[in-house]
Amino acid sequence: MYAFAFHRPTSLRQAASLVGKLEDAKFIAGGHTLLPTMKQRLAGPANLIDLNAIPELAGIERSARAVTIGALTRHAEVAESKDVREAIPALAELAQMIGDPAVRHRGTLGGSVANNDPAADYPAACLGLAATIVTNKRKIAADDFFKGLFETALEEGEIVTRVSFPIPQRAGYMKFRNPASRYALVGVFVAKRAGEVRVAVTGAGANGVFRWKEAEERLKARFAAKSLVGLSHSPEGLNSDIHADAQYRAHLIGVMARRAVEAASNRE
Amino acid sequence: MAAVSMTVNGRSVTADIDPRTLLVQFLREDLRLTGTHVGCDTSQCGACVVHLDGKAVKACTILALQCEGAHVTTIEGLANGTELHPMQAAFREHHGLQCGFCTPGMIMTAVDLVNRKGSDVDEHTIRHELEGNLCRCTGYHNIVKAIAAGARAMAQAPLRQAAE
Repeated sequence: MYAFAFHRPTSLRQAASLVGKLEDAKFIAGGHTLLPTMKQRLAGPANLIDLNAIPELAGIERSARAVTIGALTRHAEVAESKDVREAIPALAELAQMIGDPAVRHRGTLGGSVANNDPAADYPAACLGLAATIVTNKRKIAADDFFKGLFETALEEGEIVTRVSFPIPQRAGYMKFRNPASRYALVGVFVAKRAGEVRVAVTGAGANGVFRWKEAEERLKARFAAKSLVGLSHSPEGLNSDIHADAQYRAHLIGVMARRAVEAASNRE
Repeated sequence: MAAVSMTVNGRSVTADIDPRTLLVQFLREDLRLTGTHVGCDTSQCGACVVHLDGKAVKACTILALQCEGAHVTTIEGLANGTELHPMQAAFREHHGLQCGFCTPGMIMTAVDLVNRKGSDVDEHTIRHELEGNLCRCTGYHNIVKAIAAGARAMAQAPLRQAAE
């Protein structure tokens, strides 16, 4: 790791003022992407601003229409939350599928969303559920938030404070893991909402998470796994690497989408 | 250099450290608590698992400075004097190790899983919960057996203490 100075603000205001003042500063939350990157010297911020001591970023709130989760909420807390499990079980299941127990004790929703790793799970939930990403400056619809590989609509120094997930009628998430890294080779989040169905795909896109519109249209006509039979995604625009080529990923999108719909349909 | 204070195995510690110091380095190199191991250094293998404020975490992927004010428990903090923690005793009894390198992490993960899932955990749950702990001696079978036995022993331990 390259040397850095460490800062630990105790309020959002302090964090925002620090990032405005300091040269070459980066935020750290769970640190499970940033620290490995820093160890490899792929990142070397001069200043590290730790968000872990900011109480405004914690907590899960449930209203009649949405579940709003603080950015610093750990994956394990989302997975175990009674509110999340009751209102959006697919979201709790998704959180439970991230990494391993120790990683889930540390990794955060805000970190995952802000980092926008093309194989991360939460971006699929945000896009699939039409979530709103709330920052210290504004609210951003998920459709406008994820811009590409590790790229988001966040401006320099902007902090994700919470994510608001509208409660769907039904939702399901399925992923096919890379057997070694356990990251999603392909993950598909399907949600049936009033007036629309959304299908969000992670792990597969050369440009990060995306919506599969053809599947959405078919499922809008009839929300059943059968509606997707015979529909396949084009390998165009998908990742090809040593783990899986674009064609295999394209095939997996169809399989995971059908399974996600089944999971959503079988829920009581 | 930066100052850090935390409680490790019930003892308050304060030190002046390089901000780059990982929690696992701080434990091993500053506090000389070498029971916590460094295996992969990439948060995959679980040899460095400790409890941070009561929850299992990988100490290779946390900065020591992020643990300011926290309570950390390492493998050295489990035993009660010379009496092994029930999970440690179960690993010995059931030969839940071969070379022993992964064992501290396995045991810290096992205690955490019993804390969360209760002492009645089945084999499937145990195997699934060990996803983040690798054993290169292929000793999983006995590790799983040891954890099941340790979990049951942990449920009885308070009773035994009360009887004494």
